Amino acid sequence: MDYCEPCDINVGIAGYHISRSPNRIVTLGLGSCVGICIYDPHPKVGGLVHIMLPDSTQFHDTGKPGKFADIGIPLLVEEILREGGRPARLVAKLAGGAQMFSGNDKTSALDIGRRNIEAARQALASLNVRIAAEDVGGSQGRTVFFDLGSGQVTIRTMGNKYKVI
Amino acid sequence: MIGLKQNDVSLQALDALREVGNIGMGNAATSLAQLMNVRIDMSVPRAALLSFDDIVEMSGGMEEVVSCVYMKVLGDAPGTVLYIFDEKSTYHLLDTMLETSGATEQMMTPLAESAIKEIGNVLTGSFISAIASLTGLRMITTVPLFSFDMLGAVLSSSLIESGYTEKEVLIIDTAFFQGRQQINGHFFLFADPGSLETMLYSLGISA
Repeated sequence: MDYCEPCDINVGIAGYHISRSPNRIVTLGLGSCVGICIYDPHPKVGGLVHIMLPDSTQFHDTGKPGKFADIGIPLLVEEILREGGRPARLVAKLAGGAQMFSGNDKTSALDIGRRNIEAARQALASLNVRIAAEDVGGSQGRTVFFDLGSGQVTIRTMGNKYKVI
Repeated sequence: MIGLKQNDVSLQALDALREVGNIGMGNAATSLAQLMNVRIDMSVPRAALLSFDDIVEMSGGMEEVVSCVYMKVLGDAPGTVLYIFDEKSTYHLLDTMLETSGATEQMMTPLAESAIKEIGNVLTGSFISAIASLTGLRMITTVPLFSFDMLGAVLSSSLIESGYTEKEVLIIDTAFFQGRQQINGHFFLFADPGSLETMLYSLGISA
């Protein structure tokens, strides 16, 4: 946990972090990656994981656990519970999973984003965590600010456009 | 993901790859200069094993707006090619190509995208054909894909999609400039597993 208050905590690619009100967790430049914000509104504790890939079972060396939806999300939930969260109160918000590249060549259209979104939804469903809101897909990169005071997730896209979910 | 670890890549091999990059980029810079009818200078290419964070840091910040052309290289030494132009350079390239002035974000139309993709296509075509004739390997490129967005999002997505998710990747990087830094671009060649060995072997060097 963090002892500066309030502060912004930056989560890098394949990273995750847990904190509590009044801090914010920030992750920059999500493309096909998905940012999963999980929150318990009663103790105002939550966490964010920045996953890159859907499925760890296809890899020998899994590296950072936050890299994969199937192991990063259960890990995040486990840590939130350790910080006083209750399973029944947890809600999730998802952002990212864009298809950044466009071209004529449909066969090589880069589609990992969609698979990341599906894997994240599936991991949350198997943990019985309700998805409260999503801003996923499309073709734009996203920066995510997860406010642990309110549980609000603010998404910034190119040209300083903001959206709150 | 690549078959080589840092310690396995000899200085001689890195030198050879740098030279490959030099020849390829020299050819590409000449093509760009002809296409745009201006003088283009380039930095001495470097060949290095870099982490994702290093690559982002080298190309700008995570949220910096860039345009990126993405192509696959197929054939004997498969890999991925990326061109990254910063925002200002993108507009400058567009102004030169489309004979406009003061291009902005609003001008990122399908026509503009197509113009930038074509620049990437020409550059990669000359780069790859120079390497192919140097090494005697068969190398072809796929149709270019394009993105105009935050650097972090663009770079991570292209690395992930190409399967370069391990700690470090071997890249050949070059920056090119027109006059006083008006075109600031990075070129990256990511080699698939085994491709570097193939390339080096064809030059008579063992990895």
